[in-house]
Parts: sequence; structure tokens; C-alpha cells
Amino acid sequence: MGKTMSEKILARAAGVGEASAGDILWVNVDMAMMDDILGPRVEIAEGLMELGDRVWDADKVAIISDHYTPPASVKQAEIVKFTREWAALHGIKNYYEFVGPCHQIMAEKGFVLPGTVVLGTDSHTCMGGALGAFATGVGSTEMLGVLVTGQTWLRVPETIRVVWGGSLNAGVMAKDISLETIREIGHAGATYKAVEYVGEAISSLPVDERMAITNMAVEMGAKAGMMEYDGEAAEFLAGRTARTQDELAAGALSSDADASFARTLVKDASALTPMIACPHSVDNVHRIEDVEATKIDQAYLGSCTGGRYSDLKAAAELVKGRRIAGGIRFLVSPASQEIWERASRDGILQTLAEAGGTILAPTCGVCVGLHSGLLGAGEACISSSNRNFIGRMGSKEAEIYLASPLSVAAAALAGRITDPREVAA
Amino acid sequence: MNRIISGKALKYGDNVNTDIISPPQFMELPIEEAAEYAMSAVDLDFHTKARTHSIFVAGENLGSGSSRETSPLTLKYLGIEAVVAVFFARIFYRNCINLGIPAIECAEADRIAEDDEIEIDIATGTISNVTKGEKYGCSRIPEHIFELIEGGGLVGYMKAIRDRKENEL
Repeated sequence: MGKTMSEKILARAAGVGEASAGDILWVNVDMAMMDDILGPRVEIAEGLMELGDRVWDADKVAIISDHYTPPASVKQAEIVKFTREWAALHGIKNYYEFVGPCHQIMAEKGFVLPGTVVLGTDSHTCMGGALGAFATGVGSTEMLGVLVTGQTWLRVPETIRVVWGGSLNAGVMAKDISLETIREIGHAGATYKAVEYVGEAISSLPVDERMAITNMAVEMGAKAGMMEYDGEAAEFLAGRTARTQDELAAGALSSDADASFARTLVKDASALTPMIACPHSVDNVHRIEDVEATKIDQAYLGSCTGGRYSDLKAAAELVKGRRIAGGIRFLVSPASQEIWERASRDGILQTLAEAGGTILAPTCGVCVGLHSGLLGAGEACISSSNRNFIGRMGSKEAEIYLASPLSVAAAALAGRITDPREVAA
Repeated sequence: MNRIISGKALKYGDNVNTDIISPPQFMELPIEEAAEYAMSAVDLDFHTKARTHSIFVAGENLGSGSSRETSPLTLKYLGIEAVVAVFFARIFYRNCINLGIPAIECAEADRIAEDDEIEIDIATGTISNVTKGEKYGCSRIPEHIFELIEGGGLVGYMKAIRDRKENEL
């Protein structure tokens, strides 16, 4: 009987010959990530002191201040300050701040490698699966345990395999694959499981786009979103890690053809049209034409889900030479400093700004309603981010719609939700 | 810790996510201030009700969304002694256990109403609804996890293990 890539990665991390879904293993953690909002300041600093212990391996820890950067209040500033000082005190050289959402930084800095186990104090850590890692979110106390021992216990998950055949049509993006999968599996349909994406529609996507899919695995309750390591992933990692291409390929693991899957879904990307998640749950997904003409007040292009280079580029191509609708805020936050600089060099930020976009720092702030553009009561926002829960981006009386970067740009131009394929025509 | 947890129930529906339990805009506040906003998107009175109700009951998929441990921490701070749901989101479940809060799965959680007097026997896996005179089966807390909960969570448990090892040396 073959094994899934999750079974293989966790077996290797636990130092056992093989493992099957349902096994509980003590695994060695390759990389532990903390952010500012749920990092050292929540239980971890205090707990470590109470235990009188030290970080097991400072080189395997990364700390990224991203939620409260740039700070909008003294309290936020003090949380970032605390995080920065704690990192220095514990000799954590991998400390980054003000450079963008942690998951993007983890990928860019080469901390997420194929076949490895990555844990982070943020639920969207599962994004790392796009590079062939087993990456999942944990709470702060659990992270404390990892910091002390370098290990944690994990139950090997069953895997739901989603086969996306065909290829995406113009105006349809990876985000639409993500939303359609969530519609079908449901908000809790993959609880405790891994979701593995395969098929030609996935393998033909650049890593940039793949990450919009694995990022949202947790929106189905999944523990991990998995994708096979391949040439695209190798290209992304080139120059980002000391490991050679051969070493990376040797470390990669993939599912056997005869592995046991809890469920297999077969989907056709060629038949997919732009999708949108309506308030207030991520699985409340509809074809965009069914909610067309809903008026919006804000369009948000950004986040670890929808603020990467290809997202900004696609949006810029759509809005080039046009102006956003009157009375609309079009907020743009590139997913990292690296992306910011590249999009700036290439004129993409210029194009977005000329269309009426407000270019923000790379940050988590807007997506999770901490700073840089909260919503008031009665306002509606279309966002390329990952979660539309009640109250998330500001007022609990605001409405959040989740869609692709192209659909966000199209809505910014129209002032209402609209099919991006019609704007492009 | 007592293996019987008793108290009055607070009752909520399906998919009570962590953005509802810990609204992100208030997470920069100290817990005593942030706790006033817990659950406020669906129940403005939650923080006062929690003073007299110690069992938090919800439907399916309790605690979905963010990994934020501030959610169970806030419930614990407000006096919640156990959480009961048809099933839990993965990270929230682990966070509860790691903080020493019994997280109990009960397929019949929907039979429990707000203000019902509840007794949970976490060793045998039985919930008694004293108000309604009903009994429901629920998940049991295995012995080693019970030890962790009894120690007040993972930190206490790790300390206990260390002390034990030091005594053996």
C-alpha cells in the first residue's frame, strides 16, 4: 500500500520507517515561526521564563512582526518592540519586521523547504505546502513546547485529494480554484485532514499563484494544504536557500499512486468561472455573476493570499489607463517588501496608483482589521484576502466578500461587484 | 481538578470562530480589557453572563479560523471551565487542552439550552442535563491528557515531568 506525502513527511520527521493516517507521532520540527500578535507576548515569553528554559535551536526559529506593522497605536508599537527585544534576547537572528505577512517572508527567506515540517503561530502557515512542506498552524502554548523541545506530537492526517484538470481561462485565477474547492468541501469539511492539490491546472501555475490555494486550506478546517515539489517550486527557491537544487529534490516527498485517500474530488479548471465568498463565511461561495451589482465601498488587493507579484500584475493590467469609481477606496498592500520593490521597478505600483489605488506598506493590517483601512458599519469590501468572518476587517456591521485579485480590481473600477471578464473585454 | 465539572450553560450555534471569540481589533489590549469584547459580534452580554455560567456549549466546528490562543485564554479568564461542542476546529481544540480547559465533543450538544444546569463527568464521558433530566454521551478525557489538564495545561505538565525526572536522578 502506498503512502501520501503527509504520511511520508511526518514518518521521516518522527524517525520511523512508515506512518499511516491516524498514527500519533512525536515529530522533529524543522522550522518554528512566530509572529508579533500571537508570538512571544502570548504565553510564550512568560512560559519560557517559568520553565527556566532556553530556545532549543535559535537557527530553526524565525520571528516576523507583521500584524502590528506599521503600528497604529502605542500599544501596537509596544507589542512590536517587545517582540523585537525578545528575539534579540534569545539570539534569534531570523527576525524580520515591516517587510510583509509572515508566510510570504518564510517562503522568500527559504525557510519552507520540500519534505520539511514547519509550524507557525498563525493558522495560514499551511500556505507552505505550496513548496512541498508539511506546514501547519499551532497555538502559542504549543509553540512554547516546540521552542523548548524542538518537537511536538501530531496526528497523521487523512488526505483529501483534489484533482484540478484542464487549464484556467482568461479572467479566472488560482484564487477561484481555492474558493470553488472550499465551496465543495465546506468550512469544516477537511477538519483534521490534509488537502492535496494535484492535476495539470495546478502544476501549470507558478508558485506565486499556488500559494493562494494552499494558504486557504485551513478555511476548510484542514491541517495542511499539500502540493508536490516540482520545477516551478525549484525555480522559486533558487537563490533563497543554501541547499542545492539536488539536495532540495532529494528531500522532496510525494504521494504514491496507490496511497489511500479519504476522498478524491475531480474538478475541471477549464469550466471554472470567477467565484466569490459572500458574508460571513468562507464557504458561502457563489459564481460572481450571482452577486453582481452589489455595491462596495472598499476594494482590498493584498495579504498573504492575494498580494503577490502576479496578483498585482494582473490587477494592474486590468486597471491600466482607467480610473476607479468615485467614492471607492482601492487599497493595495504588496505581500512583501521584495514584491513591493519588484512591482515598483516594473511600474505596476505606478499603474495601480494612477488608477486611484492607495499603495500601503506590506502588512497583515487590513486583512485582520488592525490598521491601514478598517471598515465602518454598513460598509462593504471586496478583498483578495482569506477570511470574511463577521467583524474581521472592522465593524461587525460591515460585509466582506472574498474574490480573486482580478475581481477586486474589476470591482474597484465599477464600484460594485462585477465579472472581471466583462471589464477586460 | 474535579472529574465532574458542573455549572450553567451558555449556548451558541455552529461555526463560532475565533474572530468572534477574540475580535482582532481588541487583541492589543490586556486580557482584562479585551475580555469585555469577547463574543461581542453575536452576544454583547457574554462577558457578564460568563460570571455566572461556566460551561460554554456550541454546535459544530467550534473555534474555526485563527490559531489565536487568546480565544480559549479569554474564555478561561472569564471563568469558563469546560467547552462542549458537536466537534471542534483543530487548532482551537489543541489550544484548549494546552491551557488546561477540557474540550468535550458531544453529538447531542444541541439538546443543551442556555441556562441549563450541566454536569460533565470527563472520566466516564457523560453529560447530565440536570434541568432537563437527560443524559448524553460525550468524549472522554484520556488519562494522560487528564494529567495535562489537571496540571493547568502544557506548561504545568512540562514542569511536572521535569521535576519527576530530577527526582529520579
